[in-house]
Order: sequence, then structure tokens, then C-alpha cells
Amino acid sequence: MMALSKKMLQQEPSDIEMLLPWHAAGTLNARDAQRVDEALARDPVLARQYAVIREEYAETIGLNESLGAPSVRAMQKLFATIDAEPQRQPRLQFGLSSRISGFFAGLSPRTLAWSGGLGALALLLQAAVIGVVLVKAPPATYETASLSASETGNEQVITRALRQDAPPPRALVRFAPDARVSDITALLDSYKASIIDGGNRGMFRLQFGSQALARDEVAALMRKLQSEKIVSLAVASP
Amino acid sequence: MQVLYGRHHVRVFRFGLRLVRNEQVAEDLISEVFLDVWRQAGKFEGRSAVSTWLLAITRFKALSVLRRKKDLELEDEAANAIEDTSDDPEVVTQKKDTSEALRRCLKGLSQDHREIVDLVYYHEKSVEEVAEIVGIPENTVKTRLFYARKKLAELLKAAGVERGWP
Repeated sequence: MMALSKKMLQQEPSDIEMLLPWHAAGTLNARDAQRVDEALARDPVLARQYAVIREEYAETIGLNESLGAPSVRAMQKLFATIDAEPQRQPRLQFGLSSRISGFFAGLSPRTLAWSGGLGALALLLQAAVIGVVLVKAPPATYETASLSASETGNEQVITRALRQDAPPPRALVRFAPDARVSDITALLDSYKASIIDGGNRGMFRLQFGSQALARDEVAALMRKLQSEKIVSLAVASP
Repeated sequence: MQVLYGRHHVRVFRFGLRLVRNEQVAEDLISEVFLDVWRQAGKFEGRSAVSTWLLAITRFKALSVLRRKKDLELEDEAANAIEDTSDDPEVVTQKKDTSEALRRCLKGLSQDHREIVDLVYYHEKSVEEVAEIVGIPENTVKTRLFYARKKLAELLKAAGVERGWP
């Protein structure tokens, strides 16, 4: 198999080899993912190439995340142009989906913008209500072999976090497919981390502790996290 | 439209920026993309993810912009910008910072290679979705990414970084 891999590098790549980047990104279907897993288990040369691909994958995410976001000017320009668009004429359409899309297409840009704004406002209100409920609810206590809520003074940690100006470090993390919930919970506890966003194709955004860290410390944290058995990818993220 | 914009504008912007390599142009680009989406919402058939549809429009518009503004001119500007903001390859080598070298070399890939690397790794698009966005057969998608990775390895090697592949 090793000889086969060397041959592959010199000649045309095999189908399995070409699928490795999608395996790293977690976008293969179950059948192909299994084929790749089996090949990786058999072929150490292929496995080394996969390690290289995971590096590329992590750095590509890091590079793109560092690009920032467009200014408000772009959004203002867009919605000003949409507002200036002529109102659309309703068309004769058949079928439920076409009638629904026809309904929205028939609304003026401003009406739709207001509807979107109201929807966003409703979401904000909902978030505020949930936030108030969470803040007012008595904190859930937990206890592990080495740590209990009463010993750590969680309330102080939370209060400190609210006072911080600089955000604590965050990372995009993908857990290993065989990671158990109990393992993930233990890892989150040991890193004082919480999941703030995620589930999108297996990627979770974690926040660590309540205080900002220096760049070196964040890099060390990422290295430590990456070395965890149940973590298949960890990339610092804004 | 605001919800759609709020949900997708950052990724669309970053994809566009990686193609046109100019923030101002990329901002204008996303305005054009979402305006097109607004005008042509009825043409979206729901056979693919909205993000795939948006990225396909972004790519088409970015290539039009590049053609309009003369490809070479932008490439030169981008190359100069990279020189201004980063260390040269020798310094990168001295630092033995593979991570920094990798990012630098990812910026140095050709437009064809940059877009396919970004679509697969950052935008997490499947082979089928990349084929739809770029408008090439699925087998070409696979081989193009393979050769993009080989090119990346060559660039890294030239910068003094050996990773054991190929």
C-alpha cells in the first residue's frame, strides 16, 4: 500500500487521495467517508498526506476569518438601491410555493425591509427575555472529582467576565467523530470553555474563560487543544 | 432581504475579497450580488443551498470585475500589498513559522486555485456544490484541488518549508 501511495504521487492521484480535502472538511457522504477512513488506516503515507491537508484546512479557515467584514457603507448602498427599485407587478402563478414567493415578490422593498426589521426586533426581544430568565435563575451547581461549583466561585468569574473590555479567546473546534458527550463536557470544564455557536457541519465556536489572553497564550492554548484526543481541529477565531 | 444579507454577507464578502483582492471592490461586489439576488429571487429554484447560489453569483461578478479592471493591474496591486504587509519569504523561513508561510502561500495561489481551496476548506462545499459554483465537471473539481495543493506545496518548498508531501 505504501508503494502504491508513492506511485500515486508520481502519477495521477487516486480517487481516495483526491477526496482527502473533503474528508478533512467533513463534507463527504457516509460511504465515501468510510472508504477514506479505511484507506487512511491501511496506508501511513496517505495518513501523512492527510495530516498535511488538515494543516492547510486550518490555515485556510484562519486566513479567511482574518479578512474581516464589509463596512456598513456596503449595506447602506445596497438597501438604498433596493428602496429606489420600482415596485413589482404581481404575476399569475400556480402552486403553493410559487404563490408564496409571488406574495413576497409583490411586496415593496421598504415593506419587506420593515418586515425584516420587525422580525429582527422580535428575535432581540426573545433573546432579552431568555437572557433575563437565565440571569435571574439560580445557578446550576455541578461537581466533579476535582472541582465543585462552590469551590470555584463561579459567580465571581461571571461578574469579572462582564467587566472585561477585551473579549476572551475563541476558537472554531471540530470534535472527533467518536467523542462522547461526557468527554466533550469534561474538556469544556477543564478549559473553562463554553460553546457559543455551532453545530454547523460539526464545527463549534468555543469561548475560553472570561479574560483576554496574549497572542502567544492563545497560540499555546490552540496547540494544547489540538493535542486533545477528542479534538480533530482547533483554530483561533475572532 | 435583511435576514439573508445578515446571514451571508460576511462569507460572500470574504469569498469576493479573496478573488478580487481589493476591499473596496469587494464591498461594491457584495452590493451588486445582493441586488441581483433581490431582482432575481424568482429564479432561485431551491435545488441547491442559498449559500451555493450566492457564491456562484459572487464568482461570476468577481470575474467580470477582474476582466473590466484588467486582471494584471489588480494582480500587481495585490502582490505589492502583500509585500507591504508581510515578511519576505526569507524572513518567513528564518522564523520557521509554517503557519505564517502557509497563509502567505495560500494568498499566492492563482485565482483558479484560490477559489477552489476556499470553497472546499472555508465554505465547506461538497464536490457537487463546487462543480455547480465554478461550472466545471466534478472530476475536474477533484483534480483541480489536487493540483492547487501541489502548487501550494511547491510555493512552500520555495519558501523553505518542507512538509513531507508530495
